[in-house]
Amino acid sequence: MWEWLPFFLEVLVGGLLSGVMYSLVAIGFVLIYKSSGVFNFAQGTMLLLAALTFVSMTERQVNFWVAFSITLVLMVALGIIVERTVMRPLANQSLLSLFMATVGLNYFLEGLAQGVWDSAVHGVDLGISNDPIFLIEKFPNLGLDIIISQFDIAAAVIAGSMILGLTLFFQYTRTGLSLRAVSDDHMAAMAVGIPLNRIWAIVWAVTGVICLIAGLLWGDRVSVSFTLTAAVLKGLPVILIGGLTSIPGAIVGGLIIGASEKLGEIYLAEYFGGQGIEHWWAYTTALIFLMIRPTGIFGEKEIERV
Amino acid sequence: MYYREAGRLVKSFADDRRMLPLKEDRLLSTLFVVGVMYILVTAFASDYLLSAIFIPMMVLGVATLGLNIATGYTGQLSLGTAGFMSFGAFAAFNLVLRVDWMYIPLAFFLAGVIAGLVGIVFGLPALRIKGFYLIVSTLAAQFFSEWIFNAYPWFLNYTTSGVVNLPPFHYRVFPFQELTPLNDAFWHSSRGRYLITLTITIALIVACKNMVRSSTGRNWMAVRDMDIAANVIGISVAKTKLMAFFVSTFYCGVAGAMYSYCYIGNLDFMIFNLRRSFLVMFMVIVGGLGSILGSFLGAIFVYGWPILITRLGDWIFGGGTLDTAFVENNSKIVVGTIIIVLLIREPGGFAALWNTTKQKLRVWPFSK
Repeated sequence: MWEWLPFFLEVLVGGLLSGVMYSLVAIGFVLIYKSSGVFNFAQGTMLLLAALTFVSMTERQVNFWVAFSITLVLMVALGIIVERTVMRPLANQSLLSLFMATVGLNYFLEGLAQGVWDSAVHGVDLGISNDPIFLIEKFPNLGLDIIISQFDIAAAVIAGSMILGLTLFFQYTRTGLSLRAVSDDHMAAMAVGIPLNRIWAIVWAVTGVICLIAGLLWGDRVSVSFTLTAAVLKGLPVILIGGLTSIPGAIVGGLIIGASEKLGEIYLAEYFGGQGIEHWWAYTTALIFLMIRPTGIFGEKEIERV
Repeated sequence: MYYREAGRLVKSFADDRRMLPLKEDRLLSTLFVVGVMYILVTAFASDYLLSAIFIPMMVLGVATLGLNIATGYTGQLSLGTAGFMSFGAFAAFNLVLRVDWMYIPLAFFLAGVIAGLVGIVFGLPALRIKGFYLIVSTLAAQFFSEWIFNAYPWFLNYTTSGVVNLPPFHYRVFPFQELTPLNDAFWHSSRGRYLITLTITIALIVACKNMVRSSTGRNWMAVRDMDIAANVIGISVAKTKLMAFFVSTFYCGVAGAMYSYCYIGNLDFMIFNLRRSFLVMFMVIVGGLGSILGSFLGAIFVYGWPILITRLGDWIFGGGTLDTAFVENNSKIVVGTIIIVLLIREPGGFAALWNTTKQKLRVWPFSK
């Protein structure tokens, strides 16, 4: 009666773990949206830019850590420049034009990344083994005969520690406190003397760092090329399910989307006449959740007045 | 420019409600449409100009106008434009293929209606979901369209290659038209396709202009500016939003049908991808949100820039020096920069620039 269970669990765990990868992208989104109300569409391209810069350097025989630190500095610099040149002049504009500015930024960075480096497909090797783990060999007494990718677990650990770090940063540091204040109410934060511009610069810089880490993990998984920008499309339904303003939401959303995608592909695809439903299935899942909770699971409910 | 509204008194309501209230405007636009677009261009433009410049710019302009109705006029962010275009393209193809007496204008119209109904389905979540959360629905439409035309070969008439060359058979342009080789040769030539595109484009522009200056369009704009306030003054928000989605995707659907029939001449679900959706969105931003003229200016600029760069490169450095990757990256950087600069300096886009220029020209030699 339960013979379908191991397979189901295997699909579910695989989905949940790949969902963590989506969460990685989603966190960057949430950080910026939370602090400045900007829906940063350039996230995927920042990912590509970071990964491409790193790979191009390591391919030119630059040491791993040197390349990593240079890219890190560049991404932080990029974040600060973006805040200076794009976000600051657009402060107090409508959210739609801020979004469109990031779409423009996205296009700009796409051209820049591929113009400065190239548009070939690169491989990244972070030295994380991609061998599957047979759970029944490691933990025989669980009695579950399922296979889990080692790489996925490593990615999940990295993502988990990043989230933990961010949460601690938000809860226990002075900057984190100002960040929370800014996300609560720009005006009130400015009134008590929090430097808005500096906070935004910090957020964009932190996002740059997240982009680098996510870019490398994604790059190791799917190779570094233009397709990496599609990561943003994986992150979108995730944050929308979780709510645009919630970091835990990004995690929960990622897990939901990851699991739903894989389960849908395995169990539902045959009813839709073939494979490849995962793209729109992720969005349909998000849509179903949003129909029930229009601002996501953890999103703030806006009270509208005339 | 050198004529003014001042001192012109209207004597009847009909005069007051004209689409173009000034006689000079009417004269100039008639001259432009009939004299330039219909006669001069049709008579003198080369095949290259017609099929690589004029036709795609008009087709993309219509798609941009469609997106502008949803995003610029009604404030509903949509990232599924190319998906809606593909619904139109496939509907037109199957109508022409499966209905014997079908002729092109009717096929395009019905394709638009079918796309519009699809648009209503994907617009339904807009009644509950607001703001950025809505892009989930339109992106679902985009990916759904990319998937469905791939998964069900019926839509492509079981073509094995995945691409149908249009027209694989004759199509009628007028009802009950006789299909003679002479007729076919003309309507399949770039000149014939240009005339079809031009006529449909103008009809759609006039229709849109009339919609946005009547209660339909005013409702859209009221909902865009603040839907709760619109609701309070008695506008049915649900109806208005769905109407906007229908009209918007109708335009996108017709644009999609024209794209495959009049521009590229084949039907391929791969070209209606997310990148094209974004290109259309850039056209809207660059041209100006909520402007008909802007839709076309945006389409002309975003579509024309890479061509211009290639041509300039050929002219300066000799033929074929600039590789396509350079041109592509360059136009991405330029268009991206222009979008950001426009959003900061002139959020109204090219359309607002055009209006400012017009205002300045009125007083130009006499004052600044």
